[in-house]
Parts: sequence; C-alpha cells; structure tokens
Amino acid sequence: MLSKSQAKVFFLGGTVLFASLFLGLSFDTVSNRVGEQTNEDQLTESAIAGRVIWDENNCMGCHTLLGEGAYYAPELTKVIERRGAGYVKTVMMQPNSWAPNGRHMVAYNLSEEEANNMVDFLTWIGNMDLNGFPAKPKYEVKKNETED
Amino acid sequence: MKFKSQKIAYWFFLSALLLFGLQMIYGFIMGFAHMGYDVLHELVPFNAARATHTNLLVVWLLLGFMGAAYYIIPEESQREIYSVKLAYIQLISFLVVGVIAVAGFHMNWWEGRKFLEIPRPLDWLVVVNVLAFLFNILMTLFQGVRQTTTALVLSMGLLFAALLYLPGMMWFDNHTLDSFYRWYVVHLWVEGVWELIMGGILAFLLIKITGVDREVIEKWLYVIVGLTFLSGLLGTGHHYYYIGTPSYWLWIGGIFSAMEPLAFLAMALFAINMYRKGEKRHPNKTALNWTLGTAIVSFVGAGLLGAAHTLPNVNLYTHGTLVTAMHGHMAFWGAYGMLVLAIIAYAMPNLTGRKLYDTSTTRYAFWLSNIGMVGMTVAFGVAGVAQVYMERIMGVDFMETQKEIEPHFLVLVLCATVFVVGVVLYIINFFKYGRPTDEALITE
Repeated sequence: MLSKSQAKVFFLGGTVLFASLFLGLSFDTVSNRVGEQTNEDQLTESAIAGRVIWDENNCMGCHTLLGEGAYYAPELTKVIERRGAGYVKTVMMQPNSWAPNGRHMVAYNLSEEEANNMVDFLTWIGNMDLNGFPAKPKYEVKKNETED
Repeated sequence: MKFKSQKIAYWFFLSALLLFGLQMIYGFIMGFAHMGYDVLHELVPFNAARATHTNLLVVWLLLGFMGAAYYIIPEESQREIYSVKLAYIQLISFLVVGVIAVAGFHMNWWEGRKFLEIPRPLDWLVVVNVLAFLFNILMTLFQGVRQTTTALVLSMGLLFAALLYLPGMMWFDNHTLDSFYRWYVVHLWVEGVWELIMGGILAFLLIKITGVDREVIEKWLYVIVGLTFLSGLLGTGHHYYYIGTPSYWLWIGGIFSAMEPLAFLAMALFAINMYRKGEKRHPNKTALNWTLGTAIVSFVGAGLLGAAHTLPNVNLYTHGTLVTAMHGHMAFWGAYGMLVLAIIAYAMPNLTGRKLYDTSTTRYAFWLSNIGMVGMTVAFGVAGVAQVYMERIMGVDFMETQKEIEPHFLVLVLCATVFVVGVVLYIINFFKYGRPTDEALITE
C-alpha cells in the first residue's frame, strides 16, 4: 500500500519532471519556432501600432482573434481575406456605432493612419501558420432569399 | 474557532460574496445583449461587461482563497496570524485596486488580454498586495507549532499563484507570444496551482468534517496534486494548438489535457470515500454538502466538459465558440466557486458561534444555485454546439448564426435567475450569522 512519503515523492518528482519538460518545450517554442510560424520578420512598425490599438481598446472583449476572445462579435483572424482591407477600414473609421444585424460595436472613429495600422496588424495575423485554424467550412450554404 | 485572528477571514468572505453578487449583475447584462437587448451599450459596452464579469470572478475567488488561508493557517499552525493589522491593510488595498480596475474598465482603461485586463500599473499594486499577504501567511506558518501537509500544500498553491502572475506582465510586440505567456498565468492558475489551493482547502474540510485520520487524507492529497501537475503542466498545450505555435503542441496538449480529468476524478473519489470512511458525523451538513458538491461538480464541469472539447480535431471547430463558455461556467463554479462557499459554510458557525447548520435557506441555496448552473451549462452547450455546426461546418455567417441561437440565451437568463436566487439565499444566510465574536472561541 502506498505510504505518505511515497505519495510525496510522486508529487514532488512528477512536478519537477513535468515542469522541466514544459519549460523545455516552451523554450523551443519561443526561441526557435514562433518567429518563423508567425512571420515575425513581416511584423512592421505599423502592425505593432495596430496591435497596441487592439490591446488598448480591448477588442478581444467582444471579438475573437486566433480563436481567443469573447464570442460576441466575429472571429477576425481571416477578416482581411474575408472582407477586404477597405471594409475593415470603413468600420474602424465609423464616427457612429456600427450595428450590423442590430448588434452594436463601439464607435472608435479612428484616424486613417490608425485604421491602416489595424489593417496591417490584421493582415499580419491572417498570414500566420495556425496549424489549420480556422478550418474551412465543409459545406457552402445557399440562403433562400425569398424568405427575407 | 481556536484563534482570535481567524476573525479576519470573515471580512474577506464578506467582500468575496458582495463582489460575487456584482459579478452576476454583469452576467445578466451580457445575457440580454446576446438576446439582442444591448440597451446599456452606451454606458456598459459588451467588452466592459465581459472584463468586469471575469475580473470580478478572479478577484472574489482570490479573496475567498485568502479568507480561507487566514482561517485555516492559524488552526493548522496552532498560532495567531503573524500580523492582523497587515491583513486588514492588505484587504482594504486589494479592494481599492479592484474598484479602480473595474471603474477603469468602464472608461476604456484596460489591456485587451482575456482575464488579465487589469492595466499594468495596477498589476504592480496587485503584486505588492499579494506579497504582503504571502509574507503574513508564510510567517504564520513557519513560526507555528507545526507545519502540516495541508497547510504546506495550500501555501505552496498561493505562492505559485503569485509567481505565475509575473509572466502575464511582460509586453511582446508579437501577439502570439503575448498569448503564449498569458496562458502561463490563466491556465497554470486554474488547471495547475489553484488545484493545489483547492486540494489544501478540501483536505482541511474533510479532516474537520469526516474525522478521518489526517495521515490518510494528506497522503491522498499528495496523490491528487501530483496528478494535477502530471497532466496540467503539459496540458497547457491545448491553448497552443492554433495560435501560431508549433504543431507538436497538438499531440502533447491533446494527450495531457485528456488526462486532466483524472485529477478532478481523484478529487471527487477522495471526498466521497473519506465521507464514507468517516465515523464522525459533523453536524454542519451545509458545509458537507458544499464540500462534496465542489468535488463532484468540478469533475463534471472542469474535468468532463473540458475533455469534451480538448482534443485537437474537435477543438479545431469549437475553439473560440460558446462551447468554451459552457465549460468555463461550470468549471469555475464547481471547482472554485463552490469551494469558497464550502469553506465559508464551515467557518461561519465557528466564527460567530451561531449554529445555523442545516436550515431551509441553506438547502434551497445549495440546490437552486446548482440546478440553475446545470441549466445555464446546458443552454450554453446547446447554443455552442448549434454555433459550431452552423458557422464552422455549414459556413453560415457569424451574425446570422447568432440571430438563430438567440432563444437559447432566453433559457440561459431564466436558468441564471434560478442560480442567482440560490446565491442570494446563501448571502442572506451569511448575514444571518452576524459578525464574528471572541465569544465563539473554543466552541469547536
């Protein structure tokens, strides 16, 4: 039967072993892999400025990016590919609350330069290698227009 | 209670419960917004409600843990808290930082980093505060008559929780690296060191309630926290599937996070077996309900519902959908919300001398909150699964999908109302106990 001291060894030994493995893999990820997979060489000053705008306004509090966020507003990883830069810029520069389908977005009223920063940031995000995320839908739904 | 300074715990518990109440109000704001009634948009936009809801959760749970430590550590160490004055200063300053943070969220002062929205200048105040708390607890522990395994595991959990806050304070230009280290905090808290805190509090409660020999309980405590780190550390990989990190995390994260329910299963079996084994029947039935409840509901919410969408091929479709909210609500409730309510339910009669052990209010509080939470989880689950099939598999537009799943949020709000009634009854019962008093000394 397991004794208390054996249980303690299991806890301490397991923790040290798995913490070492986790830290080792983390080191490899951060120092050898992320730069290439995220195209860090293409991370321009403008894209970084876009990230600051993203961060300062808590865009993640409604949207998701890389699948992380609040599930209230659309996933934006591939938004430039889906909507185009012009559409995104228009939304960012709206002086009034943008409310597609009745769900309100905060009116950020960004300057053109700031909107360009956001587009550069989202373009950079959209070009990352994300191991297959977001998956392409398996089907293409045709909307029955007569019902609207 | 056995030591006068344990009374400090009361003020932490009171603050925790009030903030829990406030957290629920913000939950309703979001529930109604999902139904199409975002009427408070100009005052409290969704992102402000969301940041407030989740940060209040973290703050009230931390206050609950701190209160638990101020109650448990003196009793385990058999001495008064090192500095009562420091404990009160620490509580008040913690609350002040919390209030400033929440007010800031309503004025666009925050960082867009899920769960860690508190701006960095305030982060430093949190660090100072937590250091003061740890100093007080560790001084009590090491100057105590004895250092029990229960107290050491609890203190270790609190210490690591403080250390793990630091990676979340670094700035990276690369968004992926920011996310990578953000999960060091969030994942390694809730699926790592917080489970140490949970194990420590649970062990304390089981020793007191069941009367089973401390050596037996503490032996299994080691096994449980061992299983936690064995699975939970590399289980962090389930957050690294699709954020620009290497593909080896797909299988490492998949395998180890699939093992994460083991720790929670062990926790549930541990609590149930100790209860069965115990010859002593403590009269505080309410504390027993919450203790067994936290062990079982955490297994379902954190263990099973987490495992349901943790495999990479499932997560590819569920990642970033309401399925996560399904798991999140029951996991936090079962593992940590109910745990804090369990220690409060155990401590209050001892702090105040009033033995409201098993009343209709306490029974309704327990059952209504849990039934409400099960209903909420089902509503989130149905909405989430519908979202996955419509948006991710059939390719329906995001907002069109959201329109279709609005009715599930009506169910969510109705179940949330049942939940809130339960929690409010719990809070009413808390106030019925009145203030802690020195007359309650040695009543145990």
